[in-house]
Amino acid sequence: MKRKTLFVLVAALLALLAPAAQAALRVFACEPEWGALAQELGGDLLEVSVATTALQDPHRIQARPSLIARARNADLVVCTGAELEIGWLPMLLQQSGNAKVQPGQPGNFAAADFVPKLDIPDRPDRSQGDVHAAGNPHIQTDPRNIAQVAVALAARLQQIDPANAGRYAQRATDFAQRWQQAIARWSAQAAPLQGVPVVSQHKAFVYLYDWLGLREVAVLEPKPGVEPTVSHLQSVLASLKATPARMVLYAAYQDPRPSEWLSGHAGIAMVKLPFTLGGTEGAKDLFGLFDDTVARLLAAAGASR
Amino acid sequence: MHKLLRASLALALAAPFGALADTTPSEIESLRREIKTMRAKYEARLQTLEQRLKAAEAVRAETASTVRAAGGAVPGPTGASASTSAPAASPAPVASSAPPQSSPPPIAANPNAFNPALSLILSGNYTRTSQDPEKYAIAGFPLSGDAEVGPGSRGLSLAETEIGFAASIDPWLRGAAFVAVQPDDSVSVEEAWVQTTALGRGFSLKAGRFFSGIGYLNLRHAHTWDFVDNPLAYQALLGGQYGDDGLQLTWVAPTDLLVELGAEIGRGRGFPGGGDTSRNGAGMRALSAHAGGDVGVSHSWRAGLSMLEAKANGQELVATDTAGATMAHDFSGNTRVWIADAVWKWAPNGNATRTSFTLQGEYLRSTRRGELVYDVGGVDSAGALRAVQSGWYLQGVYQFMPRWRLGLRTERLDSGTPDYGPDSSSLAASLGATGYRPHRNTLMVDFNPSEFSRVRLQFARDRAREGIADNQIFLQYQMSLGAHGAHGY
Repeated sequence: MKRKTLFVLVAALLALLAPAAQAALRVFACEPEWGALAQELGGDLLEVSVATTALQDPHRIQARPSLIARARNADLVVCTGAELEIGWLPMLLQQSGNAKVQPGQPGNFAAADFVPKLDIPDRPDRSQGDVHAAGNPHIQTDPRNIAQVAVALAARLQQIDPANAGRYAQRATDFAQRWQQAIARWSAQAAPLQGVPVVSQHKAFVYLYDWLGLREVAVLEPKPGVEPTVSHLQSVLASLKATPARMVLYAAYQDPRPSEWLSGHAGIAMVKLPFTLGGTEGAKDLFGLFDDTVARLLAAAGASR
Repeated sequence: MHKLLRASLALALAAPFGALADTTPSEIESLRREIKTMRAKYEARLQTLEQRLKAAEAVRAETASTVRAAGGAVPGPTGASASTSAPAASPAPVASSAPPQSSPPPIAANPNAFNPALSLILSGNYTRTSQDPEKYAIAGFPLSGDAEVGPGSRGLSLAETEIGFAASIDPWLRGAAFVAVQPDDSVSVEEAWVQTTALGRGFSLKAGRFFSGIGYLNLRHAHTWDFVDNPLAYQALLGGQYGDDGLQLTWVAPTDLLVELGAEIGRGRGFPGGGDTSRNGAGMRALSAHAGGDVGVSHSWRAGLSMLEAKANGQELVATDTAGATMAHDFSGNTRVWIADAVWKWAPNGNATRTSFTLQGEYLRSTRRGELVYDVGGVDSAGALRAVQSGWYLQGVYQFMPRWRLGLRTERLDSGTPDYGPDSSSLAASLGATGYRPHRNTLMVDFNPSEFSRVRLQFARDRAREGIADNQIFLQYQMSLGAHGAHGY
């Protein structure tokens, strides 16, 4: 009997400790780019918390207690989907006890559902490495994808928070205008990159290449998600003799050593791309992410010319 | 491409073959069938590609138009018109505006589309021990026959093969089952439960057979352990791992710090419960409380306190005296186990891909109260028993480079001074209680070629038996096939 009373008391105490019900819609974003996009579309209507940083590998995040607590309190979960978070997000959602954000609910938003995906394997098999049956999940490297996700996310915000639908719509229109202008600017700036051959460390930039017309001639990881081996690096180096590349690209969260090795041996530029917000100094917001990405690519292309 | 080549080769070869009189009609027929199936396959593939292309074009066109219209797809750009139209119409237009942008995969009438996610764990060991594992015992801890204790069998052996199924049942429930096939060909249901997904407010209710949420390690399946075997404290006080048939209610508090409370009732079917479990009431009750959070971006922790209470009725126990002779006891009564657990993890910038470190420890304390029918010199006699036993382990696992981990574990048990009533001291002596404290140190190194495979080498010096050191070497593989499982903290 005593124990039960104690249990109830503890529960009551915790309920009191809980932050008072806030008016703001609580958004749990799996990656920084979606946190930033939600912030653009919701402004002070939202309280956004981001689960990962640009220095973490979004494939391999631990289902930490703090993330369970945040998923518990979220009204909307905004993630990439396409199996990118399959190793940790299902665990967070299961343990959260939060009905609103379970798969299939309006509070569960997967960005990759709203863009056409590249690299869809014909026959998913793990002998091909860490492939995703739904296609390459790194959709945020193409700003045109962000535009599409913005439309869908704005609609979702209006659905979840109909009282503020007008303000979401207004902000979405405003963002779409600024974003389209920015895309036009980046596309014009990046024109010299058309057809430039590059090497990637991980198959993380297919959407970026699709947008800018960069040509991927080799990948340092022998299979997606498999650490580059010395023998594979040698074979990439050898292949570059026949099909030279101008630069090698890696994401901020990755170990730079394989790219350094190739850069040193092949005498080509090495480019660290922010991949998401916070990956580099310049990538402070969504606009900065692409400003900096394009600037870094142009600098490397110019240097190696 | 290869298939196309093969098909055209087959065609080229088939033509002259048709002219040959000695080709049997059945051969031609089979060739024809082969070509037909090939054609069907290619047509199907072309169709999917076409559909994909169309979907892609549709999306491109749509974005282009939304961009031109600058917000045409979203309700009214002016605040006034939107606020009047939104509340009434909001769910419908959104539901219809979202799907057209996604490109639904052409899964036409695939009856398997709703099959549960299927996973398979394959595992095998090579074990070398300096003492006979058949005679393994933990001094001072009488154990039931179903307890998973000791290093297993010597030599090459298959370990547990685990088959898992999991899926949503409907919008309100999900279910999972894990079936273990033992190397001796026996099959057991490790877990089979249904769980609510729609209770909300942080509540989930689980029913069925499941591993209890007490402690840290208890609910973890063998293939996620950091060592080949469970700590001695789990083996001696929980019979390896405590699973039961029952109900579990968990609640996650609406706080920034994770606070998770759990309450369970169950049948009490395994050690420290067990024996005759035929009763209307619950044979097991458990409560657990866990808290956890982050310290900066590189550190995280979780700690908790749990209590499990189990009833035993005629539970058969096997005790081993110092000479190695076994005695059969029979226990009826209550056992209460308290567990304090804590884990601390470090990964630079929260990125555990390259290096990381985990420090983890648990303290278990069990109190048994009841009646013991003991067998001394082949004569059964009954007496009261009150025993307080405890044990702890502490382990650290360090990933020093991608794919490689090194682990060290140290542990100790205390069998306490059992109180057998008036003749306690003389009985204790004849029952083999010497106050010896079993202990063990374990070192392991594992290599993980990918997220789905692991090879582990482990060395342990096991002093569970008084005066005997057992040097144990394990070489183990663990592979995970099928559905990509999400891992707990």
